[in-house]
Formats: sequence, C-alpha cells, structure tokens
Amino acid sequence: MTTVTADLPASYLTKEHTIASWLLTSDHKRIALLFFASITFFFFIGGFAATLIRLHLLNPAGTLLQPDMYNRMFSMHGIVMVWFFLIPSIPTTLGNFLIPLMIGARDLAFPKINLASWYVFNISGFFVLFCLFVGGVDTGWTFYTPYSTLFANGYVIPAAVAVFINGFSSIMTGLNFVITIHRLRAPGMTWMRLPLFVWAIYAVSLVMLLATPVLAMTLALVALERWMGVGIFDPQLGGDPLLFQHMFWFYSHPAVYIMILPAMGVVSELVSCFARRPVFGYEGMAYALMSIAVISFFVWAHHMFVAGISIYAGIVFSLLTFFVAVPSAIKVFNWTATLHKGSISFDAPMLYALGFVGLFTIGGLTGLMVATLPIDIHVHDTYFVIAHFHYIMVGGTVSAFFGGLHYWWPKITGRLYPEMWARVAAIITFLGFNLTFFPQFILGYLGMPRRYYTYDPAWQVWNVLSSAGASILAAAYTLPLLYLGWSLFYGARAGANPWRATGLEWLTSSPPPQHNFPRTPVVRAAPYQYNPADGSYVAQDGSSNA
Amino acid sequence: MSAQREPLLPYVVAWLVLMLLLGLSVLSAYLDIGIFHPIVNFGIAATQAAIIFIMFMRLRGRPSLKWVFAAAGFFWLLFLFGLSTVDYATRTGFPTQ
Amino acid sequence: MRSLQPEPQYATLEQQTETAQLGMWMFIATEVMFFGALVFTYFLYRTHYWEQFRLTAQDSKILLGSINQAILLTSSLTMVMAINFGKEGRQRLLVLLLLATALLGLCFLGVKGFENFEDYQSSTVPSVNFLLKSGYHPPTELFWVFYFIATGLHAVHLTIGIGLILVLVWLARRGRLSPNYYSPLEVVGLYWSFVDTVWVFLFAAIYPLGRAAT
Repeated sequence: MTTVTADLPASYLTKEHTIASWLLTSDHKRIALLFFASITFFFFIGGFAATLIRLHLLNPAGTLLQPDMYNRMFSMHGIVMVWFFLIPSIPTTLGNFLIPLMIGARDLAFPKINLASWYVFNISGFFVLFCLFVGGVDTGWTFYTPYSTLFANGYVIPAAVAVFINGFSSIMTGLNFVITIHRLRAPGMTWMRLPLFVWAIYAVSLVMLLATPVLAMTLALVALERWMGVGIFDPQLGGDPLLFQHMFWFYSHPAVYIMILPAMGVVSELVSCFARRPVFGYEGMAYALMSIAVISFFVWAHHMFVAGISIYAGIVFSLLTFFVAVPSAIKVFNWTATLHKGSISFDAPMLYALGFVGLFTIGGLTGLMVATLPIDIHVHDTYFVIAHFHYIMVGGTVSAFFGGLHYWWPKITGRLYPEMWARVAAIITFLGFNLTFFPQFILGYLGMPRRYYTYDPAWQVWNVLSSAGASILAAAYTLPLLYLGWSLFYGARAGANPWRATGLEWLTSSPPPQHNFPRTPVVRAAPYQYNPADGSYVAQDGSSNA
Repeated sequence: MSAQREPLLPYVVAWLVLMLLLGLSVLSAYLDIGIFHPIVNFGIAATQAAIIFIMFMRLRGRPSLKWVFAAAGFFWLLFLFGLSTVDYATRTGFPTQ
Repeated sequence: MRSLQPEPQYATLEQQTETAQLGMWMFIATEVMFFGALVFTYFLYRTHYWEQFRLTAQDSKILLGSINQAILLTSSLTMVMAINFGKEGRQRLLVLLLLATALLGLCFLGVKGFENFEDYQSSTVPSVNFLLKSGYHPPTELFWVFYFIATGLHAVHLTIGIGLILVLVWLARRGRLSPNYYSPLEVVGLYWSFVDTVWVFLFAAIYPLGRAAT
C-alpha cells in the first residue's frame, strides 16, 4: 500500500508519525503544513459564500437568497477571505516553510510562538464558524458604525471577537519573521543577498506588526459599544462614526498590502528562475517592497472620499495614493525587464507568475482610477471597486500563491506534480478569472452598486457572464486539489533541485531533513545568478552548476 | 554570563525622580494654566516614560536595534495622529460636516 | 543545575537571550500601537470637547490614581532589583522581590477596584448608572467611556503581568534561573515596566486635566 511518505528518504515528514508529533511540533515546516490545511479549509468556506452570491446574482430580481441572507453572505465572504485566507495564506504556509531555509537557519527564532500562532488562528476560526452557524453578520467585512454598533441585525460581537483573536495570530507570525530575519541569517547572508521573497516577508511582517494592533483596538471598541449600548462612536454622545472608519482603514489599507507583498516576493522568485535571468534591479525591488510597506500607511482615507471627510483630506490622500503606485509600477517594469532576453520556459509556476504580472497591472491601473477623486465619486461602492480589488487579490495574490505552491511543491513534499494538468489548471484559472471579473468593471461603470441583492435588469448579461466565469474559476481551483493530492501518492520522486534554482532551500534534500541543513551553509553569492545563454547558474553557497 | 554586582543606586535615584515628576503632575492639576495642561501633563508623562525606558528597561549604551523597536510604535502613531488631523482640522461642525 | 544548551536554531545561549529581548521589544511596539489607537480617540475628543472633558475629569479620583501610579513605579523598581539579584544568583532576594512586585501589582488592582466603587457612587459609569450633571453635556460620557476602557484594558495587561511574575517565582524555586540563564526575568521585566509606562500616560489623560477653581 502506498503512503504519502513511501519511498521518501528520512525527512521532516518521516521523522515521527504520531498525531502528537504533528500537533505539538516546533518544526516550522510542519507548522506550515498545519496552516496550509487551515487556510485551505477557509478558502472553500469563503468560496462557498461567493458561489451563493454569484448564483443569486444570475437573476436581477434576486430571489435565491432573502435580502438579509444576501447581506450576511457577502459579509462572511469578505471576512473569511480577508482574515482567514488571504492575509495568512502566503506568509503562514510558504513563509513559514521557506524563510529559515532561504536564510540558512535551522528554524524560526521562536518555534513555540509559531505553533501557538496556529492554535490562536484556529480559535479565531472557531469563533467565525460559530458566527456563521448562528446566522452570520450583515455589516459587510468593514463593520461600519453606527450600523454595526447600534442597529445591525446579525452577530457582530462573535465576528469582531473572531477577527480580534485572528489578529494575535498575525502579530505572532509577523514578530517571528522580523526577529528571525534580523538575527538568524547564515554567515555571508547579508541583507543585500537575501532572496526577494525574504524581503517581501520582512516587509509584510512589519506591516502586520504595526497595523494589526490598531484593528484590534477598533474592533474591541465596536464590540464594547454594541454590548454596552454606549461607546465612543455614538453620535448621541458627540462621538464621530467616521472615527471608526479612520481607525479601521488605518489597518485595512495596509492589510491589502499585507495581501500583495508576499505575492510579489513569490513572483520575483518564479520569474527569475523560469527566465533564467537575475531579477532586474534587485536593490530597487527590495527598496520598492519596503516603500510599499511604508507608504501603505499614508493612504487609508481613499476609502472614505465620499464618507464625509473634508475635501482637503480627500486631496491629500488622493495624492499620497498616487505615490504608493510608483514602487508597485517599478516592480512591474523590473519583472518585465527580467523577462527581456531571458530563456523563458512556460512551466506552470511561470504561467501563474505571468498571469500575476498582467492581472496585477490591470488591478493597479484601475486602482489609480479609483484614487482619482472625480472618478471615485462615481464608482465608489459600485462593482468597479469590486473588480479592482479582485484583480489584485485573486488575479494577483491567489495566482502567486498557486504559482509558489507548485514551484515549492517538490521541496515541501518530495514529489513532482503532473506538469500538463498544472498548466491546464493555470490557463483555465486565467480565463475563468477574467470572465468573472472583467464584466464587473463594466457593471461598475454602468452604475451597479455593490452589496445590493437586486439590480437593474439591463445589467443581467454582464452578471451572467461573471457568474459563468465564476463556475470556471471554481473548477480551476478544484483541479489542483485533485492532481496535487494524486502526486502525494503517485508522483515521481523529486531531487533536491528540480528547477535548477539558486536559493539555499534547493541545496538541501526534497523534502528537507528536520533541521534543514546537515551543516549551516555559508553564503558566497548574491541570489538569482542565472545565465540565460546556457541556463547555468551559481547557487547562493557559491557552487557553479551547468 | 558574568555575575558582576550592578549597583542599585541609579535605579533608586530614577525611582525618586519618577515620584517627583508624579508630584509635579498632580500639583499642576491645581494650577490655572488652561491650555497648557495637556502639554505639561503629557510632557511629564513622556519624561517619565523616557526614564523608565532608559533606566528600568535598560535602553542604555550603544544605539541598537532595540532602540529602533522601542521608538517604532511611538513614531508610527504620529502617522495615525497626523494624517487623521488632516481631516479633523479641516472639517467644519465636528463631528459631521 | 541543568546543562544550558541553546535551542537548535541558535549558535549560542547569548544569541538566544538577546533575541528573546528583541522579541519582547517588538511586542511592546505592537502594544504601543494598540493603546496608542485608544489614546488617539481620547485626543480627538478632548480637542473638540475641551471644556466638557475638563469639567467631568474633576470627578476622577486623583488621590487614588496618584497612589496607584506610585505603587506601579515602585513595583518597577522592585522588578529591576529582582533581576539584579537574579543575575547575581541571590535566589532568596530574587524570589522576595518578585513576590513584592506581584504584591504591589495586586495592591494596584485593589485600589482600582475601590476607585471603581467610588466611580459608581459618583454616577459616572456609562451604560450602568451614568448621570448627566446639570451644566454638563453628553460628551462628558465620552470621557468616562474612554476611562473605563483604557483602565480596564490596562488592568487586564497588569493581571497577565502578575501571572507572569508568579511563573518566574515558580521557575526560580525550581532552580531554572541562575547567573548563567536569567533571560525570562529580563523579558518579563520589560513587559512589566511597559505596563507601568502605559499607566503613566493614562494618568496624564485622566486625572490632572485642570481642577483650578475658575
């Protein structure tokens, strides 16, 4: 009988087999897999809510779901996808698995905190599932006051508590990464030799650490106000409901960069490896990641242009939002320049990476559009905004997540996935995604509001196209479950470096041993030393390879 | 790890200064200084915080990464306070337009 | 005495203990953002409702608040002394001063509890028995909402700190702290002094707003 670990050499997977050895592990690689299980579970919960929404919207009369249920559906979709899938996705899975390997360390700085982070995540997951089962919350994922504090019909407090606890998991993970990257780099691994994925995780961890506490306070205040019937957002006391939005978006705007920065890190790894070229402008890319992280804190009120802030605030925040686009654009230019004169192969990870570059560009350009005050007055709270952020979060982050998952699958599992099926899935994803979300730009432009359970029948054709795309996307996301699962049992054995890549993680076996490296590596080379002429490369330990 | 005997006197002095500052803060409550109240009170609090950080939390010696982390939260709050003020200082009829 | 080996990802025990302290400083930065967000709301409302806040703050119990600050500042001193004695291997004094710190923390909570009883007597508890005094406007209740949330959250952090100190006492009694390894003392000491710092700022926000007869 074949098992997952059949004919694999001794590794972190085979070290011990008991359930306790998994649930009480301190190994960052096992913890990464534990997180992977949790976020995949929540991805399908959020996806289920999305499925119901798209089915409901096939019909302009909106009869599938009751209006109140529709409100709860889009709220749960947002809450689950944002906090229980997108924010943890790349950092807790690929980040946890790869950071120590990429810097030449034997584990993260605080392994017990890493495991605790997973348990805290699951506790928060319990609260959100509880909220779901007792009937959900209908405030939208944004919990705006005074509706959420004084008038909402759903279960605001369990939802707020869930997100509050989830924040601790974020903070624990981010703290671990920042300290690890500062203190546990192998000899020779200077800051400017770090893979860009490490820079990206470092940047995202700083954002998590500085922004999440503000969300925690904000939601605590909402929960307390709802519970006590009196609070600091209450207009009857002279409180300002808009204060909630300032505080909420102070976190939630950086949060969207929490969602995209790790994806950008993944893409740099993929593009360089599959174009066999060093990343163009490595230093610029590292500074761009840090700039995005910093400037992301200065733009939050662009979510509030029509909420009641002063026109002067609108002007200032619009200008600052244009600034944050600059380092993102630099990254797109540099990825493109990396491809130029490269020796490109179209393996599945590369297909996902290329998809990312295109879809992120569209998402980013439309971001500039909504950052423009006169345009935003018209498209705020329409499907234009929904399409904009889904291009970034789904077209961007989810594509990069799948690309990274495929790229590092051999390292994590010791198995090769079936390439043909993976390419098919990547292409279907790209097509299904565009069919789902491009019509939504048109819908927003035509004026269809978001968060409404009915719409003007004239818009039905676009909604039907979008729902059709969603069904294709659903198939595309299910396909990897099937063939990746298959590969665990029947996939070919992977060598240490099937992609002939330069990072330290490829110098150890696939899967790695429990403590990652037999001896701590010494770093002698910058990353991405690929030669497009003949595909040869210099690994980061200095070894040349034809 | 060395087992050097570290003198306790500097810490006791720091404690005395902190208590003195507390007294000053209480005293200021009873003075008629109007608009200067928050400046005096938070100025004293910031001074006390600095003494606690430097003396009790040992943020002394060579500047290090600890200093950066210690300052990071306070520095980052400036952005929350400052950029929100762009809105609150230019809105009329608080809390709504 | 157990042999002291660093965890596998660390080269030396010194690297491990330095890194633990760095981790606590990072955590403190997140706590600064957490409490700072609440203080932001306070500053906003105080700026806009200047006179109302000054008026109602006179009902805050400045004597009890000051006693509490004195208690906490002293507890920071006893904590530092405990760490010093721990570094020198003077176990008895270490445990004594840790217990003194914990006791001072409990005194703080006791005084706070009494203060909250007094607040109840003054009818300044929002949602429970808040009474708008004549000449006062609704924003005065905002001050008291802030007061209870801020001091409540602070008390939660303080209670956690007391718990951590009792864990240190347990570690010390089990012989797990020595001049060769006292990292837990330092890390908890940082947390404790930080909780003290939070109170210093809350004190400034709540009590001395202006009690001069006008």
